[in-house]
Amino acid sequence: MTPWATENLFGFLGRGAFSVLKSLHSASRLINSTFYWTFISPFRGKALRFRASISEMVKAGYNSVPIVAIISLFVGIILALQAAYQLKRVGALIYVANLVGVSITRELGPILTAIIVSGRSGSAFAAEIGSMKASEEVDALISMGINPVRFLVVPKLIALMIMLPALTIFSDAIGIFGGFLLSTTVLEIHPYSYFQQTIHALLIKDVVTGLIKAWAFGIVITIVGSYQGFKVEGGAEEVGRRTTASVVTSIFLVIIVDLFFTALFYYFT
Amino acid sequence: MMETAIEVRGLVTYYGDREILKDISFSIARGKITVILGGSGCGKSTLLKHLIGLLRPARGHILVNGKDITVSSDDELDEFRKKIGISFQGAALLNSMTISDNVALPIREHTKLEESTIQIMVRMKLDVVGLSGFEHFSPSQLSGGMKKRAGIARAMALDPEFLFFDEPSAGLDPVTAAGLDELILKLRNVFKMTIIVVTHELPSLFMIADHVIMLHQGEVIFTGTLDELRASDNTRVRMFLERQPEKATYTPADYFKIIAGD
Repeated sequence: MTPWATENLFGFLGRGAFSVLKSLHSASRLINSTFYWTFISPFRGKALRFRASISEMVKAGYNSVPIVAIISLFVGIILALQAAYQLKRVGALIYVANLVGVSITRELGPILTAIIVSGRSGSAFAAEIGSMKASEEVDALISMGINPVRFLVVPKLIALMIMLPALTIFSDAIGIFGGFLLSTTVLEIHPYSYFQQTIHALLIKDVVTGLIKAWAFGIVITIVGSYQGFKVEGGAEEVGRRTTASVVTSIFLVIIVDLFFTALFYYFT
Repeated sequence: MMETAIEVRGLVTYYGDREILKDISFSIARGKITVILGGSGCGKSTLLKHLIGLLRPARGHILVNGKDITVSSDDELDEFRKKIGISFQGAALLNSMTISDNVALPIREHTKLEESTIQIMVRMKLDVVGLSGFEHFSPSQLSGGMKKRAGIARAMALDPEFLFFDEPSAGLDPVTAAGLDELILKLRNVFKMTIIVVTHELPSLFMIADHVIMLHQGEVIFTGTLDELRASDNTRVRMFLERQPEKATYTPADYFKIIAGD
């Protein structure tokens, strides 16, 4: 290797490392101030913006009810069909109820909801904050002595911390209903025994771990969307780019966090 | 002798490796309109961002009423920001709110006044800028000039001591721009505010300025009154006032080098 090539290699690695470190730094600053303004400053006399939080809840939660319902219903049906495909060979068709119940509450309910909300709200957060950044509205907030994290991010965080678990409960219920619907009609399982089987299969812990995950996903989606929004420096083109990046990154991080929590619950519950 | 409201000492700032402001010092008089003049890319918007505490300089000090804002904590800066108002280039109204909510925003955030009092204050501010009756419009329903006026009403919401204008007449037709200039003069005369205007528009400059600071490539090349500006024999100042283009400084050989990329 010539000296030039070595220098270029080290230069390349160094520049890459620096830019990763810089993003980590600014992301952790955002996380830090978001948590400060959500959990600490309300006790120091700076009230949370309740009305804004509620309007965010409507946008992120209530308005995603139809799409969450439809997707959960279909996934419940698909899951029951796939389970039946294997279970009927061993004549244990009734265990479709266990499989649907456990996998929906522990895994699919939270993750499906999180992916839908990433696509709807995560991107909306990035676009909203990004276009505000591009039109100097964020600077205007700062210059009025209003912290943009408190003003923009905290209501979204509160909304998703509440609405993502709520949507997950809803998604769990609809998903199980989808499995029930298919099993009682196509698979000809008696409704009451399906019901009984589901009740016996599910533990409180299955539902609760799913909800804890959903809560964490809510935080991830808010932080990623807001982070990408605040990173906008130029105009409309960059808003679009950051919006896409926010969806991709938040789905990726949701899966990573899911892996982390699933491993944690596997060993510690 | 005029009283100094803002004093800038030895301000140096960088974007990456590029030096944007090179050791700038000047002072701004209280109760006057100071115009910061300069061509595109001379660092005047960067300077404005330093004056309002959005950016922190690499070196140097900015004293506002004797207090150095470059070393203030974030809380102190927030206190300082209640005393200033800024009219942004694109007005920067929050598009999700009506005009009256925009103007009321700083009042709601920083005071505990009754809602009825706030509404009265909002109507007063909108009346000053000539926007009575537009309370319930959203920013997207207003023209460029009206948005700027609404932005000024918001900047004045807390009766600030200092009012900053970033390119007030950019993108406006001459009549609307002249109307804004008149409003700026009114604010000085009636409310005795200290006003700092960043611009490159000559008609505006000659209409409103009490005091002029001219920047070129990150350096102060002129400070003084309008008459002194007209009498200045600095070549850069003359080029600016007489609208002369930058002279081509390449020799044919230089030009060949540039296009050959070597």
